[in-house]
Amino acid sequence: MLDKTLAELAQGLATGEFSSVELTQNYLDRISAEDGTLNSFITVTPEQALAQAEAADQRRAAGNVDVFTGLPIAHKDIFCTQGVRTSCGSKMLDNFISPYNATVVEHFNQAGAVSLGKTNMDEFAMGSSNESSFYGPARNPWNTDCVPGGSSGGSAAAIAGGLTPAATGSDTGGSIRQPAALCGITGLKPTYGRVSRYGMIAYASSLDQGGPMARTAEDTAMMLNVMAGFDPKDSTSLDQPVPDYTLKLNDSLKGLKIGLPKEFFSGEIDPQITAQVQNAIREFEALGATVKEVSLPNTHLAIPAYYIIAPAEASSNLSRFDGVRYGYRCEDPVDLEDMYKRSRGEGFGEEVKRRIMVGTYALSEGFYDAYYKKALQIRRLIQQDYVNALSEVDVIMGPTTPHPAFKLGEKNSDPISMYMEDIFTISLNLAGMPGISVPCGFANGLPVGLQLIGNYFAEERLLNAAHQFQQATDWHKQTPGQ
Amino acid sequence: MSLDRTDVEKIAHLARLNIAEQDIQEYAENLSNILDLVDQMQAVDTQDITPMAHPMDAIQRLRLDEVTEGNQRDLLQTVAPAVEAGLFQVPKVIE
Repeated sequence: MLDKTLAELAQGLATGEFSSVELTQNYLDRISAEDGTLNSFITVTPEQALAQAEAADQRRAAGNVDVFTGLPIAHKDIFCTQGVRTSCGSKMLDNFISPYNATVVEHFNQAGAVSLGKTNMDEFAMGSSNESSFYGPARNPWNTDCVPGGSSGGSAAAIAGGLTPAATGSDTGGSIRQPAALCGITGLKPTYGRVSRYGMIAYASSLDQGGPMARTAEDTAMMLNVMAGFDPKDSTSLDQPVPDYTLKLNDSLKGLKIGLPKEFFSGEIDPQITAQVQNAIREFEALGATVKEVSLPNTHLAIPAYYIIAPAEASSNLSRFDGVRYGYRCEDPVDLEDMYKRSRGEGFGEEVKRRIMVGTYALSEGFYDAYYKKALQIRRLIQQDYVNALSEVDVIMGPTTPHPAFKLGEKNSDPISMYMEDIFTISLNLAGMPGISVPCGFANGLPVGLQLIGNYFAEERLLNAAHQFQQATDWHKQTPGQ
Repeated sequence: MSLDRTDVEKIAHLARLNIAEQDIQEYAENLSNILDLVDQMQAVDTQDITPMAHPMDAIQRLRLDEVTEGNQRDLLQTVAPAVEAGLFQVPKVIE
């Protein structure tokens, strides 16, 4: 039962092979047995989960069924969950029991999904390894000496380890796609504005986007059906119709035009990754796609621009954590300023403080034009690269990451080398376009991710291409320990 | 771009972050490295490029100025560090 996809589990619930309570209990048992090692959850909510499962079974008995009714999932601990601790991986919010639900959580609740708990993550989503979590790092089920990636590392590790069939994630610079690649699962970052950010704790508001993580493209399509849509509570939510993302999964790929950016196949990249990605491209050719080289000439500027824009927005967003209304407050402050400084100094971890300071500096008097404005101009150039490339081809493909999962502690002491792991994912957040990572092979026994990139609102096409690839290959069916 | 101790202390004050004395040097080095990384941007001529704040250049959506949320003060104050009579408590500000 625990290696099944959401689609298969939905089938099992529909035919009465098992109940939601049985299914949920199985996953809760698995979490109890395995999560001491993986540390993929920050909070497990067995009582709420079983109550939701019980309600789902009753709803099914009454004939009032949604596709998601009774299916267990987990939420990244960045999504506010009413009555349940929402920590964002930080000491700052260790005591924060959210008084409301994120829109994404509300949607899953209404669909009748069961939430197993809240998954581990880099603190405030700032990291690529899950090592900046206040609750300790999650571990990669393929090799527990390795990181699962980040920032949605707990979600990816929990799915790969069979602790949940699916989970929500958020992606500001690769935080869904990179851990999906490193853990051998499927993860989609939708178009900016496609999924509501309401109740998803803000890191960099112009880049943050929630999205689905699961074993297969079909499962992520099912999840996106629940997650996507206009939300008046999110001022950047886009009012665009939401298709049924499962409808075109089985369309033929005959004539699909694939672009391979030459910048994604050069420089600091593990040759085994290049080889696996090239094999995957040949598979797409066998399915009827055509391939040509394209260029994204400003790729090298994406990390520099990101490390101004994201910290600048973070320094502003995280100013709300001041020890006054919620979150951590230091002991015995002598005055208001002491309370601000010590609450923030003690409540935030190193990487978060680093990014707040970079952002504060970039936005400080006299530096705005040289840093923030400049970065927004570079952002436009990067977007134009994608617009130009996608005027020639339907889908851009390349590796999701330059290396497979690295060892815990390996890149901790050098922030820059950690940042460089996001080289192939970060530019897409700046452009605001959707991307999906699917498993496409192994390098030294660790999963390799293939990234598919499409134009604004091209999620349907990406899911179609990813699903067809998964019909022809079985990389997504591999599980650790086989 | 190289930041020294004084710069780090000034930035930490602006950000209202308490930084331990022994950590200042490491912050200075790490922040300097990050600024060196982002300085690659300065080599690009962006004179005529319009800054991009939103992927689809969407503008801020407005709504009618009417009350849509009920009073949730008691609920929202359940997570506050210190509350008295419906007010958030902080250290004395005015002597």
